[in-house]
Amino acid sequence: MPDAPLPDTVATAQSTPDTPQPYAELGMAQDEYARVREILGRRPTSAELAIYSVMWSEHCSYKSSKKHLRQFGEKAPASDALLVGMGENAGVVDVGGGRAVTFKIESHNHPSYVEPHQGAATGVGGIVRDILTMGARPVAVMDALRFGPLDAPDTRRVLPGVVSGISFYGNCLGLPNIGGEIGFGAGYAGNPLVNALCVGVMRHEDIKLAQAPGPGNKVVLFGATTGPDGIGGASVLASATFDDESHAKRPSVQVGDPFMEKLLIECSLELFAADLVVGIQDLGAAGVSCATTELAAGGTGGMRIELDRVPLRDPRLTPEEILMSESQERMMAIVEPAKLDAFLATCRKWNILASVIGEVTDVTPEEAERGGRLVMTWHGETVVDMPPRTASDEGPVYDRPYARPADQDALQADTPDRLERPKTDDDLREQLLRVLAAPGVCDPTWVTQQYDRYVMGNTVLATPDDGGMIRVAEDADTGIALAVDGNGRYTRLDPYAGTQAAYAEAYRNVAATGARPLAVTNCLNFGSPEDPAVMWQFAESTRGLADACQTLGTPVTGGNVSFYNQTGDTAINPTPVIGVLGVIGDVRDRLATALPAGADGARIVLLGRTAEEFGGSVWAEVVHGHLGGLPPKVDLAAEAALGELLAEAAEAGVLAAAHDLSDGGLGVAVAESALRGGVGATLHVTDAFTALFSESGARAVVVVRPESEDAFAALCERHGVPAAEIGTVGGEALTVTHPEGGFSVSLAELRTAYESTLPAVFDAE
Amino acid sequence: MTARVGVVTFPGSLDDRDAARAVRIAGAEPVALWHDDPDLKGVDAVVLPGGFSYGDYLRCGAIARFSPIMGELVPAARSGNLPVLGICNGFQILCESHLLPGALTRNKSLRFINRDVTLRVESTATAWTNRYTDGEEIRIVLKSGEGCYVADTATLDELERTGRVVARYAEPAPNGSRREIAGVTNEHGNVVGLMPHPEHAVEDLTGPSTDGLGFFTSLLAHLADGVPAAAGATG
Repeated sequence: MPDAPLPDTVATAQSTPDTPQPYAELGMAQDEYARVREILGRRPTSAELAIYSVMWSEHCSYKSSKKHLRQFGEKAPASDALLVGMGENAGVVDVGGGRAVTFKIESHNHPSYVEPHQGAATGVGGIVRDILTMGARPVAVMDALRFGPLDAPDTRRVLPGVVSGISFYGNCLGLPNIGGEIGFGAGYAGNPLVNALCVGVMRHEDIKLAQAPGPGNKVVLFGATTGPDGIGGASVLASATFDDESHAKRPSVQVGDPFMEKLLIECSLELFAADLVVGIQDLGAAGVSCATTELAAGGTGGMRIELDRVPLRDPRLTPEEILMSESQERMMAIVEPAKLDAFLATCRKWNILASVIGEVTDVTPEEAERGGRLVMTWHGETVVDMPPRTASDEGPVYDRPYARPADQDALQADTPDRLERPKTDDDLREQLLRVLAAPGVCDPTWVTQQYDRYVMGNTVLATPDDGGMIRVAEDADTGIALAVDGNGRYTRLDPYAGTQAAYAEAYRNVAATGARPLAVTNCLNFGSPEDPAVMWQFAESTRGLADACQTLGTPVTGGNVSFYNQTGDTAINPTPVIGVLGVIGDVRDRLATALPAGADGARIVLLGRTAEEFGGSVWAEVVHGHLGGLPPKVDLAAEAALGELLAEAAEAGVLAAAHDLSDGGLGVAVAESALRGGVGATLHVTDAFTALFSESGARAVVVVRPESEDAFAALCERHGVPAAEIGTVGGEALTVTHPEGGFSVSLAELRTAYESTLPAVFDAE
Repeated sequence: MTARVGVVTFPGSLDDRDAARAVRIAGAEPVALWHDDPDLKGVDAVVLPGGFSYGDYLRCGAIARFSPIMGELVPAARSGNLPVLGICNGFQILCESHLLPGALTRNKSLRFINRDVTLRVESTATAWTNRYTDGEEIRIVLKSGEGCYVADTATLDELERTGRVVARYAEPAPNGSRREIAGVTNEHGNVVGLMPHPEHAVEDLTGPSTDGLGFFTSLLAHLADGVPAAAGATG
């Protein structure tokens, strides 16, 4: 083994100002590098360069998106429920009874393409640690996934790998997976989307923040050891400086150990319960760099770290590699010296390695003015001496140019009006079955049965219901409902309206469980921000979401941006995934989607207005391969009225089932409810094509309890929600009649169409 | 006197809280037991819950078998005195401990399976199933990646001949288990291993049924009245 290379110290940096540094290879622009030199008044050491390069990366600094994300705060509706807003690891909302909920969604797109299983697994691990870091017990996960076309060869590699990764990690952690959504499209072939959501529950007084107050307090790193995994750029530093080939071929995708994370969760919750930490941060992207700078910035601004005290999996790691390592399952805590022994004892109980690597220090007023002072040593030599706030809070902010894409007008002008509509009942029937079997619509059981939805014993609703619902505690009546939705086709046609439509769908999904929507998280998946057309989509999308949240009174509590989802110059359809969290006072009031068995003759009522809206619809895609025109109009007032109606109807117990209408329209919704209940339905409509396939928003289909028809009609009247009696429950088939005729499909045939699509691909040898 | 039922938490146990809830709903007092502490705390029975003890590293249940608490539990269970229910990972631990014959291997699909399944209760002559009727069909939760029960033909024949198959899948076993076996018992009928999860079918709100509660109420009947009196036909 070669001798350990000499570290690039602050003293060396001062005496060798002209040493060339590989900032470009680390993804830093020349002016960003110049700014680092200006902040430090000298060239950065390799370790400092490592810290700035990761902290100022798009992923950590949100430098291209920040300008637009500010709207979520500026336009935030007044909400008494919001206890912790954006900027922390995750937002926290009050759900009553002294309990609070924290939730967030985050992308792990690029790693999931490179190595689907580990990429997706560590995506789950990362978001779960974010939730834990807030002081909450994680109680459920969900995910939104996008893949290339179902028949694309690479989809058979990526999808099973992603699903097995989520399954492996989430199941082993003991977190129920309560739902999500899955979609397919050509643009996602080289850019799958893996957006993982986690939700946690805590008492108000248990909220923890990423901060390091109190000079003299200890900085403790606990959890897994630090290895060379997930180091993208550090090897550039190492090889540029030392030409050490042994560092060359290292995995840039992290490897997850859910067992370690499970122990870390239980250990951390015990530490919190015993009040043994004053500040806590998880180690995710940018590892030790991020945790130390953010904790220091959130506290006194001062911290001293001895990097050689970080327990290593590979003793050859250099300081800059330790700083950039993304080894999973690690946390950093700030602990009062008097409580250190108790802290370490709890870690020992759970077999968790814990190491004191430094302490919080005081700063002079001058140092505070500069952004604090973070000092790191390596074998006694100072390798970092920098103001941490300049890395964590004062990164570059770009106002990237944006411009409406050149093809946008032509795309919107190519409306679905030109598409041939079904002429006969046979056409209607055949097209309904094709839409029902479409990859993004069909039964997701092949995927979801790989996830544990029962563990923890509080799952009230899970896939295939419209939203997932969790009882907040075993002895509580209160529940939370969650849904995530995104529609890249709508957003491509009109990013402002398409994003609002995704939000409205998630809102409606939550409402259809009987819960009242309360707060929003988002994961914004786009192409390159350096492309003005993509930036325009992003600007429109964020404006749409901020406006919609303001209108409906649900604040954005946090989220995540994923740029650079593109192959060559071709970006994915912009895919903002919106998560909505709602609250239900009594989980026993929840609404399920299944048609009630043994209730033949019960009335099926369609709520909301149906227009001829086929732009971006599943019908246009499946039957004609068409994407053009405008997405369905978004009517937020109608969504609010429908949501409140459903919540009150649930409380009043007047409904036997409810299902929101979205992808595919009424035909798909009723078919799904029929299959889940194992009972048929008869629908009477006028314009069968529009009735079955239009994707107009603010609609739901409900089954009214026979004894409550008058009460429900009065509720609809009061909320101004149009209610049309369109059919009845019963029989062994879905039957549709209209003035010119009608058709019927047996439940067995519906089931075959609905359930065969994914197994046909993924169970095939 | 309320029965006290221990629930062991190993590192990586996941359904321990659920098992404790089921015990409580059945009317007994759950007692938390810790893998590293050999003290059984004088409990009347023990549940080894589901999960991934020790991360399922090496082999499911293979490391848990050597934990300090098993050193106390195994002889008490083997003697026929201490009722023990091993659910999912707990079943795997019981097999690894040789308290029950056979082994659990990867599902035939090689994928984790979570679905509601119908079981047929095949033996009510155990401490954990005496409140069911022979042949009764119950709907509970299957959720496991390594739930395929295997044993050699002689062992399977012996299990069937002596009435030690506790439950079978009423449909073709989703995981490929030999002879559709979902659960087995020892010669005394005090130790039962079951791959599906009865503790997740104890509340209408959160499970597919409340059919799973019978395992826990059976235990209470057994502890109160010694039902069944001499469990397990031994030939």
